[in-house]
Amino acid sequence: MKKIKKKQGVTSLEMKLFPYLLILPNLFIFATFIAVPALFGAYFSLNKWSGMSAPVFIGLDNYVRAFHDVKFWQSFGRTLVYVLISLPFIMGIPLFLANLMIKEIRAKGMFRAIFYWPSMISYIIVGISFKFMFGDNTGIINYLLSLMGKAKVEWLTQGSTAMFVVILATIWARTGFYMVTYISGLQSIPLSYYEAAEVDGANPVQRFFKITLPLLKPTTFLVLILSFIDLFKAYGLVLALTKGGPGTSTKFVVQYIYEAAFDGKREMGYASALSMILLVVMATFTLLQFKVNKGGEIQ
Amino acid sequence: MSAKTKSNWLTYTVVILLAALFLFPIFWIVLSSFKSGSEMFRFPPTFLPEKFTLDNYRNAFEKGNFGRYFFNSTLVSVLSTILTVIINTMAGYAFAKYKFRGSNVLFIFFIATLMLPLEVLMIPIFHVVKFFKMYNTFAGIIIPPAATPTGVFLLRQYFLSVPNELIESARVDGASETRIFFSIMLPIAKPAMSVLAIFSFMWRWNDFMWPLLVIRDVEKYTVQLALANFSGQFSVDWNSLIAMSVVSVIPVLIVFLLFQKQFVQGMVTSGMKE
Repeated sequence: MKKIKKKQGVTSLEMKLFPYLLILPNLFIFATFIAVPALFGAYFSLNKWSGMSAPVFIGLDNYVRAFHDVKFWQSFGRTLVYVLISLPFIMGIPLFLANLMIKEIRAKGMFRAIFYWPSMISYIIVGISFKFMFGDNTGIINYLLSLMGKAKVEWLTQGSTAMFVVILATIWARTGFYMVTYISGLQSIPLSYYEAAEVDGANPVQRFFKITLPLLKPTTFLVLILSFIDLFKAYGLVLALTKGGPGTSTKFVVQYIYEAAFDGKREMGYASALSMILLVVMATFTLLQFKVNKGGEIQ
Repeated sequence: MSAKTKSNWLTYTVVILLAALFLFPIFWIVLSSFKSGSEMFRFPPTFLPEKFTLDNYRNAFEKGNFGRYFFNSTLVSVLSTILTVIINTMAGYAFAKYKFRGSNVLFIFFIATLMLPLEVLMIPIFHVVKFFKMYNTFAGIIIPPAATPTGVFLLRQYFLSVPNELIESARVDGASETRIFFSIMLPIAKPAMSVLAIFSFMWRWNDFMWPLLVIRDVEKYTVQLALANFSGQFSVDWNSLIAMSVVSVIPVLIVFLLFQKQFVQGMVTSGMKE
């Protein structure tokens, strides 16, 4: 960078302006369609508002109410359970597959495609498909269980099994996406490192822990952040699969907020306050990860 | 040698087993879509369709204006993807290779947008979209979702792994920043851009929330919106729904297969890292 600073005139001006030009289109869209609405959302959270008549300013009342809203915190806790159970699988299985998929195996392209396919299917269709397969009486899964001499399970009418199916559907639907991400990360690691390690007599396990994992850090960090946020805001899949049921046993926080805003009483103001709380929690987690992992840069 | 053969066998066994597991739901849904109305729900179920029928597909297309929805989804997904790849690659490169005033704050701002699920900002976004006269237009589902924090992040992480010496030596040779970006960096970034293109098309094709928020006219419905509409009806027509689900996955599948070649090729040609 020192060399650059020494440069004079046109080049240095261009160098100053160019990065801003590069980020401008993204910045404009983010500012207009995310930052500005977020500010509006923050303002709405301080109001009692049905979306129709004029908002009535009520200060922090919505937040006080949210603090005592047991059902909200229950849905929050359920979301955490869902995230924390799913996360290790959603980070581990794709990494495992990616490592298999960069090996010299036959029909590699076909296998990659097979693992990737499910992540090309919309959450709504994944939900429909799993609902179809895990049906109590007509589902193929219960039939397969009966073939193995097991009693049928009422998958979607019991809380814990419904959660299990939601997690299973999530893993199935997301693995391919993160596998591809891992593969492109793995392929950016110079082969010469592995060759050198092999010459030095390092076994595959050592190579994985001493070369792959450290050099894969930017990708792992990316997967961690993306999957956490993706899991935390889960809505479409659950909606199509269980509608948050049975009862409320798979009702996650975004669904709770959505229903507060659009179902029944249409409490836009209160729902905005809940959104703000969710936002703060997610932001805190991400910034924490950034600090811990130093932005995913290889040290 | 024999240890190597053994590990090969183990690899193949694991890969094939896992592939079968991953393939099964797709396999099952596709098979079911060719079964007649009653056979689909028979217990014990039939594995292969007893009587192979295309009725479910015929009904699916006759009942809904599916050609229209397909056209809409294709138009929106293609245009939005082109926009996404261009602007996200630009931003990703800026964050990876320049230290400019406010870069950290701006990057955190970009990433922070990841934490604002559309679902949570529905009401204010709806008003902003309306303010810009984008309500009930394709522009409203093409432009706003084109700036993806994920894409910026992906490209930034990719560019971080590109050695700085490449840029510095180009500068020493007198290349302008614009030239470095277009002639040196873009070709290098091709694999990451292909990955983003696949993702972006898929996101837009599968997206449900933006169309739900922005589109009102049935004529402008996307495939997902139409499917959600069908599945949300009081008595779900499972036979048509399963058939429609199968058809709706095909365009994404085609794009993926088309891009995968380019993707693999990009990997080979960008073997610049020794």
